[in-house]
Amino acid sequence: MLELRNLSIDFGKGASRVQAVKGISLSIAKGETVALVGESGSGKSVTGMALTRLLPEPPAFYAGGEILFEGRNVLGMNARELRALRGGKIAYVFQEPSTSLNPVFTVRSQIAEALHLHRPEVADVDAEVVHCLDMVGIVSPRQRMDDYPHQLSGGMQQRVMIAMALACRPQLLVADEPTTALDVTVQAQILDQMRQIKQQTGMAMLLITHNFGIIGGIADRVAVMFRGKIVEEGATATVLGNPQHAYTKALIGCIPQLGQHRRRLTTIDHDALGALC
Amino acid sequence: MVAYLIRRLFFFVPIVFGVMLLTFVLFFVVQSPDAMARRVLGPKATPKAVENWLHNRGYDKPLLLNRTGQAPWHDSLFLNQMGRLARFDLGKSDVTNRPLAEDFREGALPSLLLTVPAFFVGLALSVVFALYLVFIRNGVVDLAASLACVALMSVPVMVYIIAGQFLVAQVLNYFPAFGFQLEGFSTAKFLLLPVALMVVSGLGADVRLFRAMFIEEMGQDYIRTARAKGVSSALVLLRHVFKNGLINLITLVVASLPFLIMGSVVLENFFGIPGLGNKLFSAIQAPDFAVVQASVFLGSLLYLGGLLLTDICYAWADPRIRLQ
Amino acid sequence: MAAFDLVWVQNLSVFTGYALLGGALWRVAGTERWKAAWHRLRGDRTGMAALALICVFLLVGTLESFSVPQPTGSRTLLQLATAGIPQEKGYSAPLATTTLSVANPTPLAGRHLLGTDALGRDTLVQTLRATRSALWIGGLTSIIYIPLGVLLGILAAFYRGWVDDVVQYFYSTVAAVPEILMLVSILMVLGKGLGTMAIALGITGWVGMARLIRGETLRQVERPYVAAARAMGQSDWKILMRHLLPNVMHLVLIKAVLGFSGLVLAEAVLSYLGVGSPVGTASWGAMIDASRSELSREPFVWWNISTSAGALFLLVLALNLFGDSLRRAFDPKHG
Ligand SMILES: Nc1ncnc2c1ncn2[C@@H]1O[C@H](COP(=O)(O)OP(=O)(O)O)[C@@H](O)[C@H]1O
Ligand SMILES: [Mg+2]
Repeated sequence: MLELRNLSIDFGKGASRVQAVKGISLSIAKGETVALVGESGSGKSVTGMALTRLLPEPPAFYAGGEILFEGRNVLGMNARELRALRGGKIAYVFQEPSTSLNPVFTVRSQIAEALHLHRPEVADVDAEVVHCLDMVGIVSPRQRMDDYPHQLSGGMQQRVMIAMALACRPQLLVADEPTTALDVTVQAQILDQMRQIKQQTGMAMLLITHNFGIIGGIADRVAVMFRGKIVEEGATATVLGNPQHAYTKALIGCIPQLGQHRRRLTTIDHDALGALC
Repeated sequence: MVAYLIRRLFFFVPIVFGVMLLTFVLFFVVQSPDAMARRVLGPKATPKAVENWLHNRGYDKPLLLNRTGQAPWHDSLFLNQMGRLARFDLGKSDVTNRPLAEDFREGALPSLLLTVPAFFVGLALSVVFALYLVFIRNGVVDLAASLACVALMSVPVMVYIIAGQFLVAQVLNYFPAFGFQLEGFSTAKFLLLPVALMVVSGLGADVRLFRAMFIEEMGQDYIRTARAKGVSSALVLLRHVFKNGLINLITLVVASLPFLIMGSVVLENFFGIPGLGNKLFSAIQAPDFAVVQASVFLGSLLYLGGLLLTDICYAWADPRIRLQ
Repeated sequence: MAAFDLVWVQNLSVFTGYALLGGALWRVAGTERWKAAWHRLRGDRTGMAALALICVFLLVGTLESFSVPQPTGSRTLLQLATAGIPQEKGYSAPLATTTLSVANPTPLAGRHLLGTDALGRDTLVQTLRATRSALWIGGLTSIIYIPLGVLLGILAAFYRGWVDDVVQYFYSTVAAVPEILMLVSILMVLGKGLGTMAIALGITGWVGMARLIRGETLRQVERPYVAAARAMGQSDWKILMRHLLPNVMHLVLIKAVLGFSGLVLAEAVLSYLGVGSPVGTASWGAMIDASRSELSREPFVWWNISTSAGALFLLVLALNLFGDSLRRAFDPKHG
């Protein structure tokens, strides 16, 4: 369904050019969940945003490669086609729910806006909004939908973000660090919710995270990203159980394990890794 | 909300007191009442005339407290003035001896006729230009417009007026370049040029400020969310950026709303509009310290009123704000 | 003898002004942030052009500020440099050969690139001489309001509590008076003059600086380096001078440059209101004011206002552009 071929993305031109993504290839099949894991700054978010050309251009610049969604090259689409893609086919959930929702619009109007854009045939918008909120486990959605974002807790806000993304029944959900900003207990609830939704709707998902610890029960495959490149890719169980690349091992070593005697937390020796890659 | 506003009002009392103390010290301590009388009456005034003038205005009383024993302790220059202002009595002109409240009431309408249209036209134009510049941001036109804004800001208001009057009167020979008559609808023809000049002279700074505000809004996370939903760039701007920017903008702009009544000193003088600004100009030339002092008092009240209005507008426009 | 002394007081104060500016820049010039900003600034063509233009104005103003005693009274360096330009009998247009008078035009003693004024003085020279007023207003006011605003702002944020309350009360009170009224009130009492204008503008000007510095210092005080310095037992004064002040200096510079342009404009407006430059001082405000009657003459005199307003415009524009460039250089993300 989605295929990245040798995609390269730069920021800036000339002397200040930064190569954020250096020729990565990745594919996601229908209904599949792929985790994109790597430390902060490795280019995960840039990759995720690139899928619908959300990066501001300039400074972003697509230096090479292709993004194929259902066989069509996203990089060749015009503004109108891109708008239909965004939210309609590929929807996003971002890291910081407290700032990602517009503070001056109610939950209802923000979800309704998405519905209006991609599913204009929906007659009873309110009912649909309630349905979406219900799906992400918000209790008494009818009351909640008239709230402004600041009236909700962080976990609730993230649920609203997910509801908004689901409202248009996308084929692919890009979840960029969806739980990083949340408390540990809330993290688990949200991940659980996402797992359920995935089963209910059968949509594909790109789960972007720096934390190997959260992908276990949810991702089918893992791609490990380091300094703009994918250094290892494979089935989740394989990669977690038998990591090949030194960077992957280091990242997995970073996961604090419950119940175990706390070993020294591994820190990553970047220079040594850089030489390897 | 009401409790909040009342608390705010109490907070204003010391400020108004401070302002009055400031002008009092300036006019009656730094400069002695004697010196003031001589400046108002001119160098040729006889000592008797000076004494009379001081006595008629109560300026010959002790400054802070009356310790002469012949009058109650509070019969002093400062306390009398404070008492007067606390009753919103603005006093009388040093020159014409007319009650200032009358003067000010007379001047308010012409001032408002000038400033209100200029304010709203200027605001609307600035917002529209700023939004457009954000829409085409970082392009050549945007850069050129930013430069033009700085250029507009770098011209003193008198140059706008002189150039404007000159062009209209000498070159175009069009509607009256000077003069003012309050006669119903046809007053507009006297106001066209000054209003236009007021708008132009403020445009550069406002467009720049609003543009920066909207650009700041563009960088917020929820704008990314809106774009990720598939909202078009025009709608992102007109709905998401505009509404958030507007809240900041309102709070900024509302504070200056009460000042519209004070008019514009330079413009009114140039065009002979008999508003409060012009009265202040005459008072400066005279000099008439009572008018200036009353204007300061009024101005500080308007300023504080503006602050209050800002709070109310904030609470009204921004769902996040609750006044407590 | 008194006049002689005054000349040297003035000459010395120009030195003092430059020394203060140089000293302040010297203290921060070595820090990473300033080096990086200077590096970015050098790549900014508009900014460098504006800086060059400002330097030209500074040079002209400085030449007009240095006086040398002469047998006929003291003369400024600029006067000496332009002594060869003759004075005419009255108005003459740019490059004209006779005076403007329609009835009996008299031949001119020389050519004047931008014409002459009512007294027959060369317009360009008068405009250049007026640079001095603008720079003195800006400079004197800056010397008053910058230390005042920075000090009060830092102290308020550092000590909080009642210090903060008092400072906030002071600036709320000053801010409550509309600026023009405040300026006019002070100048009506103190009288016209460059010095009194600087005092008046200083009294109204420190509020903005204090607010800005207070806000930034409040942020800085939260930073770990301040806690670390405290933990090491450094005195409050040392923390203020060594750590906090250098960290807000870039904001002071940006605000000072942008504020300077406002001061130049204010001089023009105050002079127009009759409470600014004393009669007889060469000032752009006075020249612009005089042009009201000049433009209604027949034939009208346009070169005085064009030249003086043009010079004022160039200086203010250069200051505004340079201030913007500084802001971008110090804060490239939000420039
Ligand atoms: N707007 C931008 N301007 C310049 N460089 C950027 C921008 N956004 C991202 N980058 C660069 O791309 C790199 C990858 O960023 P990102 O994809 O956000 O990392 P992460 O893996 O933590 O999501 C960063 O290290 C940064 O250098
Ligand atoms: Mg990221």
